[in-house]
Amino acid sequence: MNKEELKIAITEILPEITFDETGEFLNVFVPATSLLPFMNSIRSNNNFEMDYLFCLTCIDWKDHFMMVYHLHSKKHRHEFVVKAKLENRENPEIESLSGIWKTADFHEREVFDLFGINFLHHPDLRRIFMDDNWKGFPLRKDYMDENMIEI
Amino acid sequence: MKTIFLISLSSLARHIHIWLEELIGNPNGVYITEMTIVGISLIVFLVVLCFFLGYAERKVAAFMQIRLGPNRVGPKGSLQIIADTVKLLFKEGLTPTAADKFLFHLAPLIMVITAMLALAPIAFAKDFQIFDISIGVLYVASVSSMAVIGILMAGWSSYNKYSLLGAMRSGAQIVSYELSVGLSLISIVILTGSLRMSDIVMSQSDGWWLFKGHIPILISFVIFIIASTAEINRAPFDLTEAESELTGGFHTEYSGMKFAMFLLSEYINLFIVSAIAATLFLGGWMPLHFGHWEGFNHVMDYIPSSIWFLGKTFIIIFIIMWFRWTFPRLRVDQLLNLEWKYLLPISMVNILVVTLMAIMGWHF
Amino acid sequence: MSLMGQDVLTEDGLFMVNIGPQHPSTHGVLHLKVWLDGETIVKIQPHLGYIHRSIEKMSENLSYRNFIFATSRMDYLSAHINNEACALTVEKGLGIQATPRAKVIRIIMAELTRLASHQLWWGCTGLDLGAVTPFFYAFRDREAINGIMEETCGARLTMNYMVPGGVMYDLHPNFQKHTKDVMASIKKNLADYDNLLTGNVIFEMRTKGVGVLSKEDAISFGCTGPTARASGVSCDIRKLFPYSGYENVQFDEILATGGDCYDRYMCRMAEMRQSVNIIEQLIDTIPEGDFQEKTKAVIKLPKGEFYQRVETARGELGVYIVSDGAASPYRVKYRSPGFSNLSALSQMAQGVKIGDLVAIMATIDLVIPDIDR
Repeated sequence: MNKEELKIAITEILPEITFDETGEFLNVFVPATSLLPFMNSIRSNNNFEMDYLFCLTCIDWKDHFMMVYHLHSKKHRHEFVVKAKLENRENPEIESLSGIWKTADFHEREVFDLFGINFLHHPDLRRIFMDDNWKGFPLRKDYMDENMIEI
Repeated sequence: MKTIFLISLSSLARHIHIWLEELIGNPNGVYITEMTIVGISLIVFLVVLCFFLGYAERKVAAFMQIRLGPNRVGPKGSLQIIADTVKLLFKEGLTPTAADKFLFHLAPLIMVITAMLALAPIAFAKDFQIFDISIGVLYVASVSSMAVIGILMAGWSSYNKYSLLGAMRSGAQIVSYELSVGLSLISIVILTGSLRMSDIVMSQSDGWWLFKGHIPILISFVIFIIASTAEINRAPFDLTEAESELTGGFHTEYSGMKFAMFLLSEYINLFIVSAIAATLFLGGWMPLHFGHWEGFNHVMDYIPSSIWFLGKTFIIIFIIMWFRWTFPRLRVDQLLNLEWKYLLPISMVNILVVTLMAIMGWHF
Repeated sequence: MSLMGQDVLTEDGLFMVNIGPQHPSTHGVLHLKVWLDGETIVKIQPHLGYIHRSIEKMSENLSYRNFIFATSRMDYLSAHINNEACALTVEKGLGIQATPRAKVIRIIMAELTRLASHQLWWGCTGLDLGAVTPFFYAFRDREAINGIMEETCGARLTMNYMVPGGVMYDLHPNFQKHTKDVMASIKKNLADYDNLLTGNVIFEMRTKGVGVLSKEDAISFGCTGPTARASGVSCDIRKLFPYSGYENVQFDEILATGGDCYDRYMCRMAEMRQSVNIIEQLIDTIPEGDFQEKTKAVIKLPKGEFYQRVETARGELGVYIVSDGAASPYRVKYRSPGFSNLSALSQMAQGVKIGDLVAIMATIDLVIPDIDR
């Protein structure tokens, strides 16, 4: 499917979705609360079959977090980006996708480690790179460390 | 003919014996003195042997791995191994805090002592043997299997999980492969009718067992080489020290001279299995003779018997080294499968055939 | 069971062994916690981060010219390709393309890197399986490639040769001749490789049917590169999303179906031949002209998000740059192939022996700095 067809098909699944087409990919903004059912349906729906989650990350926009999921379908060869906005900076939470894509397990642990996003129902949510008793989340924009120097 | 007789090792031993008898007189005193000389010369021989084997292994490995090998210390790097020994001597011998100190220190000694014990009945040259024990083959087989105790002890006492795994592997491995080694030795014993090393060598005066054309003996020889390579834990059967899996296996925690002892025992064991193979299958110190080529046989007789023995031994050592530098390592279950599903049944059938041959008199 | 009076078994009767962070076959500082039942692996838990340098955080403070070079330290065996990925992303943001000459140079360099990386992998695989000799054969040929790299860009491992718009310097005058010589000898030596390891009975016993990864799992775990292609997943970025002019080059995507260690091995062996093939197609037809497109001294990307993926020796490397219009990236994410490939390790190593774990780790070709970043 091309971008226009994808837009129509995605709107059929979840009407409250918004789109952004400025970049290379079609960006699909999904409310964080309906992320899991939406992902489930695009994974299992025969028209999408987004079986390959090739990038999972997060962006700290200072006032909110943006979860970014790059998805690709090996069968249909189409791809788009799903984004979910997390408004709660103090205690950001989102459903884990590790039940849908196994690669999400490690990538979500990475995001948890570096951004402090709490993935609900993740099988093994521990820090992956940093020390277990590390304080703070290094990739957040407001992260400060006594060893950091001003450039 | 006189000069050749003089330089042979057995005449040297006899001259020393006569000289000591004249000097001391008391037969017990002579015996004790002789045993001391034998002990010292054996240790010197083994150290020199291990230097040589260490150097040979590096050069063989280098030759197979398109590199030069040691070439800095001494002519063609021949003193490299001495430099390494000096390094190991001066290295700190670390002992893990939680280790069982007594067993930890004892294990390398047991390894070396059991390895040295097995040298006793080996005929180095014509009439030149430390102890021509009447059960020579049985003795070697039983003493060399004691090495597993040293390995288990080292692995257990190190208080290291890798060491423990390596030791457990070696227990399974050595005990299994002992069977095939024993059975392949027995096939020669059946045909010779004696366990004595000198009898076995003499039985090959008209031709080496390997070249007499008995197919079961060929099979025994191949099984012996495979199984004894496994028994002395050399690649491709070096699972006890598999460095890519268990870092160092049973000797992970050893350093300095204690580590060198393991190397020493490895090389002595390598020499022993090659010497046994040379004695049992390749005629020991017997020169190469071809049926009726009188001239050729006569020339061969001029080569000292010790050279024949060592030459044959080193050919087999080279083959075992060749294995090490070309084959990947087996997995532990494949190793045991190879023994219990292939080598052992084959040796058992083989030994039946040999027995039948011996009973029916189908051999010569 | 107790050892020196201390219980060494866990409650469920398993034996826990730490493999790494210092271990000969983890090829770096990977730490695997392994629970064993005898020699059989029951559970396996990777612990990462021993060489985490936070390259993503560092990049947020580096200019668009400089952040490229931090990536040489990620997958140090595919340094050229990592650099190229970043350079391509910046070019995408600027809306420019590298010059035709630079494009061809990039492909040749990338394929040389891939060859060198696969050679090192081949040697290490032999080493991990207990055969020491392949290591030296592999390093002899890799050395020749490193020599070309050194001649061209002055470095042997972290090349830092790619810049936005092209490459940093022009090629060395001897480049074509040397590369052709090396390719001729490598083609000859690849047959040696096969003689030494591929057909060996023990090697086949150790790798066939070991560490099987199904096609569905390979996709689900996000495996890429030869690891996934051995399971039958078509994922060669050079074919699917051609960049730098790979669309003009003839080569095959190597696919296998078994998904075991042997297939991964064979895929990489075949890829080496494809790389030689690609280099030979291009080496005589490097276009004349500029080796670098003119760019501004201070590069500023427009506001937006840019994603570029390339095929490194280990699989798909994705570079995701989020720009807020400043002179350095707002956020950089590297989707590194090793990270996803490693996540499949615990699945592949379920119920195998320790020796097999080493074989699996060798054939998924882990480079730890690539995983930890």
